[in-house]
Amino acid sequence: MIPLPPHTYQPNRPAYGPPPTMKPTAPPAGPPGTTGTPPPPKADAQCWGAASSARPPAEPDTQEGDVECPGDVAGNGPQAPNSYNHVDNRMAGAAPPGRHLGHYPSLPPGYQNTSAPPPSSLHPALQAATQPYTQGPQPYQQQPGGPGPGPAQLSPSMAAMSLQSSTPEALRVVNLLQERNLLPPAPVPAPTPCLTQDLQKLNCSPEVFRCTLTSIPQTQSVLNKAKLPLGLLLHPFKDLSQLPVVTSSTIVRCRSCRTYINPFVSFLDQRRWKCNLCYRVNDVPEEFMYNPVSRSYGEPHKRPEVQNATIEFIAPSEYMLRPPQPAVYLFVLDVSHNAVETGYLSVFCQSLLDNISALPGDSRTKVGFITFDSTIHFYNLQEGLSQPQMLIVSDIEDIFLPTPDSLLVNLNECKELVQDLLKSLPNLFEKTMETQSALGSALQAAFKLLSPTGGRMSVFQTQLPNLGVGALQSREDPNQRASAKDVQHLSPATDFYKKLALDCSGQQVAVDLFLLSAQYCDLATLGCISRYSAGSVYYYPSYHHQHNPAQVERFQRDLKRYLTRKIGFEAVMRIRCTKGLSIHTFHGNFFVRSTDLLSLPNVNPDAGFAVQMSIEENLDDMQVVSFQAALLYTSSKGERRIRVHTMCLPVVSSLSDVFAGADVQAITGLLACMAVDRSVTSSLSDARDAMTNAAIDSLSSYRQSALTIQQPGLLAPACLRLFPLYILALLKQKAFRTGTSTRLDERVFAMYQLKYQPLAFAMLMIHPALYRLDDLSDEGALNISERTIPQPRVLQLSVEKLSREGAFLMDAGLVMYLWIGRNCHQNFLSQVLGVSSYAAVPEKLSLLPELDTAESQRTRAFVSWLRDQRPFFPSLHIIRDESQLKPHFLQNMIEDRTESALSYYEFLLHLQQQISK
Amino acid sequence: MAFTFAAFCYMLTLVLCAGLIFFVIWQIIAFDELRTDFKNPIDQSNPTRAVRRTLFPRVCPNQLVVPEYSIHGLFCLMFMCAGEWVTLGLNIPLLFYHLWRFFHRPADGSEVMYDPVSVMNADILNYCQKESWCKLGFYLLSFFYYLYSMVYALVSF
Repeated sequence: MIPLPPHTYQPNRPAYGPPPTMKPTAPPAGPPGTTGTPPPPKADAQCWGAASSARPPAEPDTQEGDVECPGDVAGNGPQAPNSYNHVDNRMAGAAPPGRHLGHYPSLPPGYQNTSAPPPSSLHPALQAATQPYTQGPQPYQQQPGGPGPGPAQLSPSMAAMSLQSSTPEALRVVNLLQERNLLPPAPVPAPTPCLTQDLQKLNCSPEVFRCTLTSIPQTQSVLNKAKLPLGLLLHPFKDLSQLPVVTSSTIVRCRSCRTYINPFVSFLDQRRWKCNLCYRVNDVPEEFMYNPVSRSYGEPHKRPEVQNATIEFIAPSEYMLRPPQPAVYLFVLDVSHNAVETGYLSVFCQSLLDNISALPGDSRTKVGFITFDSTIHFYNLQEGLSQPQMLIVSDIEDIFLPTPDSLLVNLNECKELVQDLLKSLPNLFEKTMETQSALGSALQAAFKLLSPTGGRMSVFQTQLPNLGVGALQSREDPNQRASAKDVQHLSPATDFYKKLALDCSGQQVAVDLFLLSAQYCDLATLGCISRYSAGSVYYYPSYHHQHNPAQVERFQRDLKRYLTRKIGFEAVMRIRCTKGLSIHTFHGNFFVRSTDLLSLPNVNPDAGFAVQMSIEENLDDMQVVSFQAALLYTSSKGERRIRVHTMCLPVVSSLSDVFAGADVQAITGLLACMAVDRSVTSSLSDARDAMTNAAIDSLSSYRQSALTIQQPGLLAPACLRLFPLYILALLKQKAFRTGTSTRLDERVFAMYQLKYQPLAFAMLMIHPALYRLDDLSDEGALNISERTIPQPRVLQLSVEKLSREGAFLMDAGLVMYLWIGRNCHQNFLSQVLGVSSYAAVPEKLSLLPELDTAESQRTRAFVSWLRDQRPFFPSLHIIRDESQLKPHFLQNMIEDRTESALSYYEFLLHLQQQISK
Repeated sequence: MAFTFAAFCYMLTLVLCAGLIFFVIWQIIAFDELRTDFKNPIDQSNPTRAVRRTLFPRVCPNQLVVPEYSIHGLFCLMFMCAGEWVTLGLNIPLLFYHLWRFFHRPADGSEVMYDPVSVMNADILNYCQKESWCKLGFYLLSFFYYLYSMVYALVSF
């Protein structure tokens, strides 16, 4: 260690090996002497690629106006390290004060002592730098870390930054083996692409459209070198609070590639615009010259189409071949003995009765019902009948419709009959002894009924179909789970359901499957019916109206959302991208009709899609590339509409810039989709290896190609610091975990969820969030519609974060666990749970009592706020230390070691071993 | 000049080989159409017509696959009976490839070789296209080989 003043560039170099020579071409090379200044603005200035700007301006703020940086830099830059270490103030009490607490003590002293500039000076610059870039709720400002980062806590990251003073924050080198507390205290925000400010202001929201690499590599070879997947994650039909809708007789599109006009096109003059996807020059139509918003003429670039990256058009008649279809809903209900036992029928009927007027639709809306056991029952609901008429077809081999005209009826005209039927249905089959289930025939009948119009088919199934076409055998043998080397039967047993789904897709029928079953139902086969017809799958394992109230509540809430949410019929989605890029594979529920076109008989606001991309031609001399997703659908009101999202991303040539723009959550989401495909086509162990290799390859390529200073340890750029953790979380996710505890249906359902859920929810299922609830305070709380919602910090998923004195909430997407410690504060027990002592906490509790105390209100506000953010209803389990559900809770402790899986630290060591091999 | 069984085999295979070449060209066109479909804006916005257009080429390769495989199997059988070991040896690799393809088709018991739900995956589409081009080359070469062999069988003795 050379004893030089800590504020200069040189002193820390020897610790890392290479001689302190300056290489102007190396990415992290910055001029000496500027290290003492606050890093965030400099990171800003260097964002386009450090190599090109070897001499940053002396005044670090000068470039800020025109060069932008990833969100990591802007939003989380200097504050984040402080907050990571914050946890350890409690944990690692042994570390000497005044040092960075979150580190292992093996760091070289010189490295540690590099002190930071006074933190208060950071703030104005930081504030200025962050504000323009943050769109949407990124609650990074509410970190509970206190008023400002203390110098002691800031030091480790500053040391790293002063070493490579000119690298952006996203590229800050993190030694994963030494820095332990990498998890940010609030949900990880999406990185902001490195675009000019006015482009970024217009860009599509990351909640709708996200790319795994926010800086697109120029060539396929750079992409191959980075070993990161390139792809898009979309949530195209998301419920948006603000959506500009445009009605015009001509929709302006590029004449050659049919791209919709968007904010990223360039206007050559007032009369011509250049397409940003194919670069063709198009004329601006006369009508487009008039701006209806400002009522002015001659300003085409001020039109809403050119001001909004997300926009909806009302399509004129050339976008339809047939008149827009009415909303048609057909319910196919299992009424075998098993189904009646579970008691779902009364819940369903009650839900539909309650929401029947909230079903999306207009005066043409039609409904119909089919029930089935070993025979198929149709219900004649024609106007004029005094009561619903049941028609039984027992010839299930050759199914026919008894009275084709009166089975699907207009809801408004026959509402009373429908209500009568719903009231009588649960009693009708009360005493049935029929145990067989002819699901295949029922689906065929339903398809016949719906095929003239198209529409939505909701299928409720409670057992393995065992009669007629599409009958299945049980393939799961629980004893085999231990002995078999690999998980089998992940692919469908028959292609009956797939073929039927394709037929449905062709006739604009989508099938949604509700599976309520305690036994194995072969979801891998049954799920195909929804998967290729763009439906959704809901699964309620061990549903029972008495024994499992948590599932019943979930079913009720999900049904309410399902029945009342928006719906788009006869939809297609096309994804266009700049010439040179091409679509490789799609993930989600749909049928791929052409290389860039998805057929979606129904589209719902809760469906997510993922797209793998490849670079076919080099993107030389392109500054930016654009992606456009256009969703053409018929709304429930019978309007043909087009929703268009456009995203613009910068192109970079150097590998380190590609790494700097990596979006770790999107990468994880896309890898999960790819791994699901791999486990079905190849095997589960193959998929697990592929995921581990993805982490190994990208980190070793970072080490070899992007890193100029070699140092020991497992190094990752700051933007990928969570990558190994997420990969480990995926390996321990229900879909991919090994071991005997996972039932096949649950595994398959988890796989469906990973592919189908939008990224934000899929991430929760991959890496649950852990909060401490017994010390909630209003500090940093959100205020939404006069409710105060406390914002506890996200804790690492490790048992060491738990304490017996506390109560912890684990939010795993579909399910939440509230774990009560054995010595939990009396205050929490009485004020929130309403019990006198720990022993009095009931064994099965799934509801927080509504007590009139501040603590209870805070807790309930927080839990319901978490629930309100997602379209499905997570059930809450309050568990004690000796509960039956405790293993489920502990299985989500990703950073800990389990019998069959590595702990986080062991996993890191494994990665390091593989990388240095 | 002798009209042996071998000569008859070569004459028959010559005709059938022309048929195979036609099949493969059809496949190549079908895959190409899949890849570069939809330049027509009306179809782009028009689901019903779009289905009709794409499903057409997609079904065709599937219907042609089993005839192609069986015709090729027939070749091998005939050459074996005729004792044309060299020709048989040339065809054996493709025969095994066909057998492998046939028994490793999508596992869910469907009789189609090209699964409509996965054929649009870029990897699979590329593979299928390459496979068709390779087969086209093989059939063309073997066509001329059969022609030569037929003449050779006819003129000798």
